Amino acid sequence: MNAFYLGALAAILTLFPIFLYRAVKGPSVFDRLIGLNGIASKSILLLVLIGAMTGQIGMFIDLSFGYGLLNLVGALAIGKYLETKGVDE
Amino acid sequence: MILNALSILLVLAGLFFLTASAVGALRLPDFYTRAHALGMTDSLGTLFVLLGLAVPLGFSLDAGKLVLLTVFIFIATPTACHVFVRAALRSGLKPWTKEAKDGTRD
Repeated sequence: MNAFYLGALAAILTLFPIFLYRAVKGPSVFDRLIGLNGIASKSILLLVLIGAMTGQIGMFIDLSFGYGLLNLVGALAIGKYLETKGVDE
Repeated sequence: MILNALSILLVLAGLFFLTASAVGALRLPDFYTRAHALGMTDSLGTLFVLLGLAVPLGFSLDAGKLVLLTVFIFIATPTACHVFVRAALRSGLKPWTKEAKDGTRD
């Protein structure tokens, strides 16, 4: 089971450069935001998978809760800020 | 044993949806279509992977916490995506159309 979790972790890690490309290259600022949001949700999965591999899944679930809450608050703040600012970078 | 098989099946389904969302983020032509691909498939893939990790734990505190995390992410990801799309629409980002060809396709 541990080897399968390691494989899933590697498969999720290979998705990171795609979202990083979208965050760096994205034509508008909202594309960058979407890329960052994708990276953040993947890192939640990464934390829980690491917890399942090491056997301390309770602690890692709490960590990913905190990360997800911070990510949601940051995304809402940036979204509401850009709503009034406009798309000019 | 059957719980492990179910867990592997769920995690594989989640990985399929996550890959689909990554392909959508890479290939689709403008922000709105990318948000459409990301907001839904991302939350579904996360749901599958987290439930697949919760299944082998049985009825325990950790499995309950994983289900709570799943519910939270299933609410949070579409909310963030909706805020982005509404901000883009209100600040004047034009949707991509096949006729426009104004260089928004990269």
